[in-house]
Amino acid sequence: MSVWEKHKIFETKSMVLLIGTLITVSIGGMVEIMPLYYLDTTIEKVEGVRPYSPLELAGRNIYIREGCYNCHSQMIRSLRDEVERYGPYSLAAESMYDHPFQWGSKRTGPDLARVGGKYSDDWHVAHMIDPRDIVPGSVMPGYPFLMKTPAWSGNIADDMRANRMAGVPYTDAMIATAETDLQAQANPDSDGAEAVAERYPKAVVRDFDGDPEMVSEMDALIAYLQMLGTLVDFSVYDAAGSNLR
Amino acid sequence: MAATERDEISGQATTGHEWDGIKELDNPLPRWWLMIMYACIVWSVVYWVLYPAWPLVSGYTKGVFGYSSRAELAADIAAANDARKIFADRIAEADMATIQADPKLMEFALAGGKSAFGDNCAGCHGSAAQGGKGYPNLSDDDWLWGGSLEAIQATIKYGIRSGHDETRESEMPAFGRDDLLEKEQITQVAQYALSLSGKATDAVAVNRGAPIYAEQCVDCHGKKGEGNREFGAPSLADAIWLFGNDPKSVEAIVTNSRKGVMPHWQGRLPDTTIKQLAIFIHALGGGE
Repeated sequence: MSVWEKHKIFETKSMVLLIGTLITVSIGGMVEIMPLYYLDTTIEKVEGVRPYSPLELAGRNIYIREGCYNCHSQMIRSLRDEVERYGPYSLAAESMYDHPFQWGSKRTGPDLARVGGKYSDDWHVAHMIDPRDIVPGSVMPGYPFLMKTPAWSGNIADDMRANRMAGVPYTDAMIATAETDLQAQANPDSDGAEAVAERYPKAVVRDFDGDPEMVSEMDALIAYLQMLGTLVDFSVYDAAGSNLR
Repeated sequence: MAATERDEISGQATTGHEWDGIKELDNPLPRWWLMIMYACIVWSVVYWVLYPAWPLVSGYTKGVFGYSSRAELAADIAAANDARKIFADRIAEADMATIQADPKLMEFALAGGKSAFGDNCAGCHGSAAQGGKGYPNLSDDDWLWGGSLEAIQATIKYGIRSGHDETRESEMPAFGRDDLLEKEQITQVAQYALSLSGKATDAVAVNRGAPIYAEQCVDCHGKKGEGNREFGAPSLADAIWLFGNDPKSVEAIVTNSRKGVMPHWQGRLPDTTIKQLAIFIHALGGGE
């Protein structure tokens, strides 16, 4: 009986075929997925990357809720035209605290991976309220209601706890002060403002939406957008690896 | 196994199964299809040898070609920089006058500036640099912080109220919000400011606003409303008003103040690109 004859058992017994398929697929899966957990080159940690501050995290939730990822990617590929337009290519480490990541695959609008600092807060506010006020040819919808809705904050600490379960290193102190940090990041004159910048290095503390009365969803979303891509200092980043901590 | 049974009509062997009287011919796979499959298998082995493929315990097989997307990008960018080098190096070194005197250098600077403007500046200043409410028109000769090449370059590099160490910075008081002036006084001083360009609508208020202007506004905006570039204080005597020149808009600014922010581009764009941008903007029509 040749090898091909033995193969007949897979062709004639459906359960054997099923089990054989499962084994083959698992081998493929193991070879492709397991190295991601132990190979240093696939899990490089880069200096500067930190978990999101509570306000940024709230903004990220709005980003996801409104489906921004449907039109905006957050992934600058290592191609010359992208690097020249958007800035240094995205590093895996830059989305290591994203659950889920927002790389996206479609660019109806521009890539946002390094939008932080590219526009003023005023610009973002006006652009969110009516994009065509600023960019006449834009097809982006307006989000004027963000100005009127308070930043989702009732359970931001819970959200941080959930992220911690997924591996984001939020400390107990960070979670305990989540609510005050969220308010303080949009109130530069408040008592907690300095602590935010201390707990979350490079966090921008500003009244993002220009309305000091309320920390709105606009504040949260702009806080998130203004920090995108700003954590890693690319003037000292070395792709060969000396930046790894 | 049972002896192979042959189909009467085609003479082809059957698989030997029977489902409710239906039997299946055991046709071989088409030869062309098989050949392609074998070729693919051979190709995958060749690929493993040439390109990065298999994970190992502490690394991966790098392949004979030693391909890496990061290295490829670095080579692409180096090649592009090389191609631009003849002009880019001279732009980096030359002063503005030299660049303007050399038509070829100028052409290169303008082309680079135009493309960088589209990617980075058009979002606020408009695709034709025409500006908009709150975002200055860059193609006219009205400049808040100066319209010389050097001044434009400094503005792009360090931004305005951008948080950069060398940023241009100034702040107009919020006369209403901080209770420095009464509501009535604000209306009057706004009317006076508008009168400087002949846009006032209330002559009585203009007269009453004059002493308030002389006391509160003159230091930055000047006696005749000519403005002061040291503080980025706009001229009030011309017809160009960044936030509108109807009484309501002017009153709103006196009440709450306004301060536009422009990001700094040092660190985000290479110095040569910033210089090209400055030349491009200077050449739009209003450069000094």
